[in-house]
Amino acid sequence: MRKRAESRLLALTILALLLFSPPLLLLFDRPLGLGFSALPVAIYLIWALVILISALILEGRHED
Amino acid sequence: MRIEGLVLTISFSYLALLFIIAAWGDRRAEQRRSLVNSPTIYALSIAVYCTAWTFYGSVGRAATTGLSYLLIYLGPTLAMLCGWMLIRKMIRIARAQRITSIADFISARYGKSGALGALVAAIAIVAIMPYIALQLKAITVSYGILTEYPRQTPPALSLTGFWNDKAFWVALVLAVFIILFGTRHLDASERHEGMVTAIAFESLVKLFAFVAVGVFATFVLYQGPADLFATAAQLLPEAAHHFGLEQIPGGALGWFGTLILAMLAFITLPRQFQVLVVENVNEEHLKRACWLFPFYLLLINLFVIPIALAGMLGGSTTGEPDNYVLTLPLSAGLNGLPMLVFIGGLSAATSMMIVETIALSTMVSNQLVMPLLLRWRALQLDQRRDLSGWLLGIRRVAIVFILILGYLYHALIGEAYSLVTIGLVSFAAAAQFAPALLLGLYWRGASRTGAACGMIAGILVWAWTLLIPGFALSGWLDTGFIEQGPFGIETLRPYALFGLEGWDIYTHALFWTMLVNIGLLVGISLFARPGHLEQTQAALFTNALKPEAEQAPIWQGQASRRELFGLLVRYLGQSSTTRLLGTERPDDETPATPQMIAAAEQGLTGALGSATARILINSVVRGEALDMSSILSILDTTSQTLEYNRRLEQKSTELARIGEELRSANERLRELDRLKDEFVAMVSHELRTPLTSIRAFAEILRDSDDLDREQQTHFLAIIVRESERLSRLIEEILDLARLESGRMTLHPEHCDLQELLSRALEAVTHLFQERGISHELKLTASPCPVIADPDRLQQVLINLLDNASKFADENEGQVLATVAPYKRGFRVTVEDNGSGIVEQEREKVFEKFHQIEQARSLEEKGGSHQRPRGTGLGLPISRGIVNQLGGRLWIDRSERLGGACLVLELPRAPEETTDVD
Repeated sequence: MRKRAESRLLALTILALLLFSPPLLLLFDRPLGLGFSALPVAIYLIWALVILISALILEGRHED
Repeated sequence: MRIEGLVLTISFSYLALLFIIAAWGDRRAEQRRSLVNSPTIYALSIAVYCTAWTFYGSVGRAATTGLSYLLIYLGPTLAMLCGWMLIRKMIRIARAQRITSIADFISARYGKSGALGALVAAIAIVAIMPYIALQLKAITVSYGILTEYPRQTPPALSLTGFWNDKAFWVALVLAVFIILFGTRHLDASERHEGMVTAIAFESLVKLFAFVAVGVFATFVLYQGPADLFATAAQLLPEAAHHFGLEQIPGGALGWFGTLILAMLAFITLPRQFQVLVVENVNEEHLKRACWLFPFYLLLINLFVIPIALAGMLGGSTTGEPDNYVLTLPLSAGLNGLPMLVFIGGLSAATSMMIVETIALSTMVSNQLVMPLLLRWRALQLDQRRDLSGWLLGIRRVAIVFILILGYLYHALIGEAYSLVTIGLVSFAAAAQFAPALLLGLYWRGASRTGAACGMIAGILVWAWTLLIPGFALSGWLDTGFIEQGPFGIETLRPYALFGLEGWDIYTHALFWTMLVNIGLLVGISLFARPGHLEQTQAALFTNALKPEAEQAPIWQGQASRRELFGLLVRYLGQSSTTRLLGTERPDDETPATPQMIAAAEQGLTGALGSATARILINSVVRGEALDMSSILSILDTTSQTLEYNRRLEQKSTELARIGEELRSANERLRELDRLKDEFVAMVSHELRTPLTSIRAFAEILRDSDDLDREQQTHFLAIIVRESERLSRLIEEILDLARLESGRMTLHPEHCDLQELLSRALEAVTHLFQERGISHELKLTASPCPVIADPDRLQQVLINLLDNASKFADENEGQVLATVAPYKRGFRVTVEDNGSGIVEQEREKVFEKFHQIEQARSLEEKGGSHQRPRGTGLGLPISRGIVNQLGGRLWIDRSERLGGACLVLELPRAPEETTDVD
């Protein structure tokens, strides 16, 4: 695991923090249908995506 | 009662299964086929984070405060994303220093301070005890609902009927489990493999149980999520607006505060430190855990909203939101699924209690009890021969004590507190370790006093803003001070400190506690003067991931082997001491090696914590037991930097030198270029002068027929002489060109230097007479054999004599030529009585262009009425030839005549051929 992967993980952490925090999160807080907010769907999707990216970084070419 | 018996049988069978799994894990570890040596098991064991609070409380939170339940899991996700950097550093430090708990970690970071460790341990107990009580309460409540459904009144808790409370018996079984699998080894830094295997298994059970309820609610009770959401929108229109951001307590700010709180607590909760750091087998396992654990969290949260909605739709049949997970399948009339849910909740509760109790008991015994007992002189512990039994005993008593305390807490005040409140209050207390821990990992300047003051102030503010108001709201105190402030001081209202209103209580508490905690830590650290040990520990912690941070144990101080051995045996027992020191009991007084002392300290640290180990080692090691290894590693880093600097400096001096050389070379090239131009001009001038006269006289001869014969002859003679001069000049230029390009070919043979000199003198005799110069020749008696090209050498000698005649005094010129043997060769000197050449000019004379310049300048001075004194190429050519013959040519001051003295030195020819020629 080299420095590159570490910087990517750090950037991903900051990105995830930003996406999970209010100013950006408010963008997803709009009706989706049946009166439900899109917020939970958005959070679960971002969450899954962040985990997928981190898995790719961690398990990818750096496997030893 | 039939169902009660069944539930009891199944739950205690489940606990028995845990014993079997743990025993199996320990067996495998003993056989060196470890089960826990797998990143997946490691990731599952981290899922101990999901307690009964997750299992039952998430749905409750979702039903009451919307999405805020997610924050408790998004925080750890963020922490794990950068876990490869942060947690790996903690693992590496803990391994190197044999650290066994977060209290030990913080104490070791700040100079192995016993007081700081005790402080952390005390805070942890205060903060975590309600959390353990919460797990017991979840067991009691879920058992009650399972057996009494549809009656949902929570069972009355009281101490008098504790034998009827199943949670008491569960706690008792757990105490046995933890004592069996948690205190097998004296060394707390050794892994509890059986326990970790059981925890990982429990993580799977609770995940399976929760997902099963989720699938049941979504796909059995309703026809998939679309149907569920449509029904919810139709029957409960207000529920549709339930999952927006405005439902979160404190709104956007509350959201962010809780997110940070969960992130910090995930790292600092004692049980998380235990599974993340202490139980880690291989730091490479982090790679998988860093994404697999967040994935686990995602899975266990996937069905929270569907279950919450289905529960809300259930109305009175599902009762309290905190119980939806259990009441939902019960209300559908199922038997098996509720049992599975109960077991899932039980596994979530027990796994948390097991790990937390081990972590806390290690802290209690190592940071609180042992240091006290060792200082308690009346016990005379220092005179006992074997203390290892004591250590294990203390830890076991601590386990029972913690569980009983947890049970008492649950029985006495459990009814007053709701599940969620306890969880977040505990989080906020654990988060008080975060500044000391995280800043300590990255900032070398963080000091012990700062950390202690920050934590004390932080926990006091925590108590005021969360704990005491919580007690008050539970009906223990008068709630007046919450509204009006203590003694009517409004600025001190616990939920609106200094008038900070409109925040949710957790973000409010987090803000104020972190403000004083970080503020004091940083502020005091900036003015603190840390001791040596504190500085070295700070350096070791902050540089842990750098390769040069390897520790080589070097100790200053002495201890005899017998004393050291005795100390270890008292605390660790005979067998592990022999293993640690690698020797049988020595009776001699020979000094222990530094490695032995270091190993002894590490062994004691594993069993007793770093602060106590340091005190004990200092009791037998005489002299300063300073951690020289750390000092050396710091020195090493510094010296590496210095070395770098030195090399850079060297490089830059070198560069400067090369630059200087280049500049001077450039200057010289310019000078040469200028001289070359002058040379070309001079040569052209030199060539033109004879050519002009040749042409002039030839034209006179052509145009005037009336010239007399004598005049014609005179003119022709001039033409011939000038032509000769011209060809000599061209010859010299050619010679020079050949010499410079190295194409001059010499034909060396044996010859006599004396003979050549006399012949050369003969050749110039008439020239000398013409110029009125007297000359003298001094020869040696024997011949002077050299190897040379005779023609060329003669040319050189003639040139020297010619030069001497030119520069000799104009009126009474004198030239002296000598030849004499000198060392291994011969020297020819040609001296004149002219003005001589100043020392600085002597070498320049041999520069081909310089001579011309000098010649011209002499000419310009009018110092000579004659033609220019030659081309000025003679001396450079001569030196070139002499060098090629292996000799030297230079100018000196004439001792006898006072003018210039040209010295020519040639090596003697080899012996056997001296007779030739």
